[in-house]
Amino acid sequence: MYLLRLALASLANRRFTAFLTAFAIALSVCLLLAVERVRTEARASFASTISGTDLIVGARSGSVNLLLYSVFRIGNATNNIRWDSYQHYAQDPRVKWAIPISLGDSHRGYRVMGTTGAYFDHYQYGRKQHLTLRQGREFADDPFEVVLGAEVADALHYKLGDKLVLAHGVAAISLVKHDDKPFTVVGVLKRTGTPVDRTLHISLAGMEAIHIDWHNGVPARGAGRISAEQARGMDLQPAAITAFMLGLNNKIATFSLQREINEYRNEPLLAILPGVALQELWSLMGTAEQALFVVSLFVVLTGLIGMLTAILTSLNERRREMAILRSVGARPWHIAGLLVLEALALATAGIVAGLGLLYAGIALAQGYVQANYGLYLPLAWPSTHEWSLLAIILGAALLMGSVPAWRAYRQSLADGLSIHL
Amino acid sequence: MNQPLIHLQGVEFAWPGQPPLLDIPAFDLQAGEAVFLKGPSGSGKTTLLGLLGGVNRPARGRIQLLGQDLALLGQGARDRFRVDHTGYIFQQFNLLPFLSVRENVELPCRFSRSRAQRAIERHGSVDQAASELLAHLGLGDRQLLARRADSLSIGQQQRVAAARALIGQPELVIADEPTSALDADTREAFIALLFNECRAAGSSLLFVSHDQSLAPLFDRHLSLAELNRAAKPREA
Repeated sequence: MYLLRLALASLANRRFTAFLTAFAIALSVCLLLAVERVRTEARASFASTISGTDLIVGARSGSVNLLLYSVFRIGNATNNIRWDSYQHYAQDPRVKWAIPISLGDSHRGYRVMGTTGAYFDHYQYGRKQHLTLRQGREFADDPFEVVLGAEVADALHYKLGDKLVLAHGVAAISLVKHDDKPFTVVGVLKRTGTPVDRTLHISLAGMEAIHIDWHNGVPARGAGRISAEQARGMDLQPAAITAFMLGLNNKIATFSLQREINEYRNEPLLAILPGVALQELWSLMGTAEQALFVVSLFVVLTGLIGMLTAILTSLNERRREMAILRSVGARPWHIAGLLVLEALALATAGIVAGLGLLYAGIALAQGYVQANYGLYLPLAWPSTHEWSLLAIILGAALLMGSVPAWRAYRQSLADGLSIHL
Repeated sequence: MNQPLIHLQGVEFAWPGQPPLLDIPAFDLQAGEAVFLKGPSGSGKTTLLGLLGGVNRPARGRIQLLGQDLALLGQGARDRFRVDHTGYIFQQFNLLPFLSVRENVELPCRFSRSRAQRAIERHGSVDQAASELLAHLGLGDRQLLARRADSLSIGQQQRVAAARALIGQPELVIADEPTSALDADTREAFIALLFNECRAAGSSLLFVSHDQSLAPLFDRHLSLAELNRAAKPREA
């Protein structure tokens, strides 16, 4: 106990170096834990993006691509699929429910998705949670109604009854707007922590209506234009959609139905199992994520080596201190213990300060990260995994501290009580 | 007859690869004595103190402290034996600069239970022992005790070192050139204080210095050159 007091007093005497050393460790610890937390949360929120859906079907391309545009609203479909293909499978007796989705438009950077009421009834995320409305209602018969994801509503400050104009295409700044057919906000969904929050949901009829007077990707001019009022009276059955999701009566049928869809003769289709595709996608990102983890481990190692250097450098100028301690009865193992304690004290200070930095950082950035990246970083007590990482850091510090301890032990045996330096 | 406090017999010592440095046929120091040992630098003085402290081991011969043959003790036991029975004062920079004056004085009691015990028996507590010793040595100011050791003058620091050597009444105090950093006036005053306190604590004093002018103050004065057969005749 007295050794600890001596170690701390000696460190306090070199407080500037000690502070810098501990600060370097603190930064590295903070970085490691931050990377860990983001990693864990990203993985968890990633895996919970979609659940309860057995098959996702789209035009034939890659499975990751299909998953990305149908679930994550990233990238674009290479091709649409025909409405009758959707009808064919939606009416299959093995299918319990089907959700058609139609993508391609946006509103101020947020994707617009055309779908049906089935989406609100059957789409699930996380632990088989259904979507729920925070305000208002689902879109109904009028084609120009929109239901907003929570983030869209919050970020753009929309409330029920507001009118908004959709833009053609998915670029953040679109030159072509569907400004002749504004939509009315009728509902806002509760936050889910998934891409649903960043989506504007309209009916398939609405999606059809805004494109009804378009030909070859450009809007009609002059007399060819069809007003919103005219569109309401027309047949708004779409001819094509982007993809659809299926829930089956019996999970066992999943594989046979998947094979069947992949071999569908009338149109080249691709059916994927969301769980498998999610895994595939995560393994792609997993490499980057692991690289990040390894880099942060090396940063911690650098911090600890900095500590080792600082202590080793101090040894020579502290020979007198050691000799005085020897002359008042400290044995060589006391001297060694002093240096190990010093290393542990620095590492502990670094870890505590690192945790402080981490929590301060999370407290400050929590809202921003949630709003911009859809990642919820909990301001929670460290997990068992994080505790074990901290314990490993402390263990490494102990190991590093034993190097100068050993040297000081040898040195104090050789120097004895002589302090004529 | 009382057994001597220090008893050296036929002690020889050489650093590895060097000619013999020390060859002392006999040297005794009696309990309660204050002995002046004259030794210029390079005469093997520090080595002799290392031998007495059990830090170095002789190639031949016997070193007894309080009747205990140091060669029979292991490394750890020698360390413990040294702090239990010997207090040290060095030339300069005796103190740990980052501790308070009081903590510096109390250091030996932290590492030696028997010194702590004796301090408590005599003064009531280690704290009290430190305060009283420092007061006797002219450092009675309470505020001064809490100050960092390196904020004191050299003369004050040497008195603190003396208090540290004396706390817990070790049988032997070894002073290695403790006055060489002091000016002439303070030097004699310091030695007088040291004598008083050694007597009060019942400690013997082995005072090593190159300064012959201090010799008459002691019970007995010796020259290392006379004791040591390995010494080459040299001019000081």
